[in-house]
Amino acid sequence: MDSFRSKIIPVTTILAGVVVLWYVFAVILNAPFQRDLDQRGNETPSTVEFIGKTLSQPKPTMPAPHQVAVNFFENTFLRSVTSNRSLVYNAWVTLSSTLLGFAFGTALGIVIAVGIVHVATLDRSLMPWIIASQTIPILAVAPMIIVVLAAIGITGLIPKALISTYLSFFPVAVGMVKGLRSPELMHLDLMHTYSASASQTFWKLRVPASVPFLFTSMKVAVAASLVGAIVGELPTGAVAGIGAKLLAGAYYSQTIDIWSALVAGSIVAALLVMVVGIAGRLVDRAMGGRPA
Amino acid sequence: MTWLKPSWQAVLAIALCMIAVVFKDPNAGFNYWQSWGPMIGLAVLASLISMIRLAPVVEALILLIGAHLVAWMLIRGIGSFEGEVLIPYLVALIAAWVLGINLAMLAPYFLLLTSAWLLAWRGVAVLSSLQPTEKWARIALRLIIPAIFGAWILIIWEAVTRGAGIPFILLPPPSAIGARIANSLPILGSDVRQTIFKAVLIGYVAGNLAGFAVAILADRVPFLRRGLLPIGNMVSALPIIGVAPIMVMWFGFDWPSKAAVVIIMTFFPMLVNTVAGLAASGHMERDLMRTYASGYWPTLLKLRLPAAMPFIFNALKINSTLALIGAIVAEFFGTPVVGMGFRISTEVGRMNIDMVWAEIAVAALAGSVFYGVVALIERAVTFWHPSVRGG
Repeated sequence: MDSFRSKIIPVTTILAGVVVLWYVFAVILNAPFQRDLDQRGNETPSTVEFIGKTLSQPKPTMPAPHQVAVNFFENTFLRSVTSNRSLVYNAWVTLSSTLLGFAFGTALGIVIAVGIVHVATLDRSLMPWIIASQTIPILAVAPMIIVVLAAIGITGLIPKALISTYLSFFPVAVGMVKGLRSPELMHLDLMHTYSASASQTFWKLRVPASVPFLFTSMKVAVAASLVGAIVGELPTGAVAGIGAKLLAGAYYSQTIDIWSALVAGSIVAALLVMVVGIAGRLVDRAMGGRPA
Repeated sequence: MTWLKPSWQAVLAIALCMIAVVFKDPNAGFNYWQSWGPMIGLAVLASLISMIRLAPVVEALILLIGAHLVAWMLIRGIGSFEGEVLIPYLVALIAAWVLGINLAMLAPYFLLLTSAWLLAWRGVAVLSSLQPTEKWARIALRLIIPAIFGAWILIIWEAVTRGAGIPFILLPPPSAIGARIANSLPILGSDVRQTIFKAVLIGYVAGNLAGFAVAILADRVPFLRRGLLPIGNMVSALPIIGVAPIMVMWFGFDWPSKAAVVIIMTFFPMLVNTVAGLAASGHMERDLMRTYASGYWPTLLKLRLPAAMPFIFNALKINSTLALIGAIVAEFFGTPVVGMGFRISTEVGRMNIDMVWAEIAVAALAGSVFYGVVALIERAVTFWHPSVRGG
């Protein structure tokens, strides 16, 4: 708890600093447009009035924090959940494909890791390609996957989930390979003296040893999977979802909408990472892990 | 039987060849019957020889040469019937197979392909069981094995897309993509110039420098470090790519907005890793520097920064991928009429899928080269690190 308390003051101070800086920049960035507007309206507002106006433009270059907060609050709590302007609805659309892709990606990653650990040929031939696959800016493929799959009649959740899958399998595969190989030689020898079969060694030694690695990499994977889902929504013609909300905001210069969609995406990301973290801790405790 | 050592891949390959011979139907309209005999013969011969007890290198060589020759002849042979066999037909074939009806048309082709692939698998398995003592041989093996795997991905991709007549729009064969790359080098070149040499490189350098500078600052001011680290860790989980539309709005359609996205995406990984790296040097070493009466900056330059290099290069590697992704995705939100992201999104709209794949291949190549250069510099800079020294 001590480390928590020593962190909370610096963190809140810096966050407060960010908010102050944000206001300053909002005034500076919105000022030219407001000055222009006042000149045309032949108005000469005082400095305080002027600053007030820069912070309440309907389509500001940089919305002020309170504008974003109000917009976020309205679109989250005041709209019915089924309305397509509701952030809850859009977040849910994105979340569902994120979760589907994350589930696929985790399963694929685990299967690949098991294959790599057990088949020497796969280890030597597949592992370099898995690493290379991540140096490829694969998000670039996202629009093609979406459009091509739509051309043969597959739309909706699956294409977006596929992109999430691609982004999330890698951390899981690499983490699981590390985890499945983490038992020391001593432990493996011990299993050998018990004359344990390969499958017994796998289930009773390798799998339990890999669980902490699995959850660590799943945290990375779930964040990547959300990015995949958001980018996957960009080329679908802006139907629904956080990515669609971003794109629509960009088209109509609704900057406040963009920012509150970003906030929504960030909250979803934080929640997902937190849920995975809590699940990891619960599993760890259920398996008899003691707090370090 | 000491001179024989059966392998299941080779046995299965021979069995598949036999089935292919049984199913062979010269009236099927395929054009590769003239090379049919040599193909079957080669596959069976290579399988048989491989089961004789030989030096592993010879065995692998025979297997791989056999497998690739067969694959090459197969792919050359289908040149004339591509597109004839469409997906519905394949579906009908599968249905026929399920119903137990003779599937004489495509079966021999795919059976042969499978047996060639099995031979290659056996060859790679033999290769990867080798434990050469010479260093150059180990390095060569480390390169050859993945290369064969990659080659087979391409072979199977080519053979299946053309053999099964998968529509061009769905998945063009690698040969068509290669031809498209060769034909549109000027366009690809200008896209690379716009996206990589302007947006990615400038953003990458600026973002990393900014992250590094703030990390040094945070190192000097412990209060800042305690506050920034949790925030930095938190931000790395957020979908930062979403700032792309905002940056496009602020900095216009040309490359500065993309560079801005890249700066924001690369900043936090660099910050977090550098701060972690600066804490990596041990107390003993730091105490030693104190006994030398060296101040903050000499200690930083001579001890802590070198010790932090593995962490910094880790961030540089992560960022090399992030930078490319950031620049390409930011281009989806608006660009001048050049750039990789622009090309991908417009050519998808025009259903020029081969051009999209060409662009992706170029992006993949650029990403790998970028990563490779960073990794090479890392080896040169962190020559003292166990992971490099031990190799």
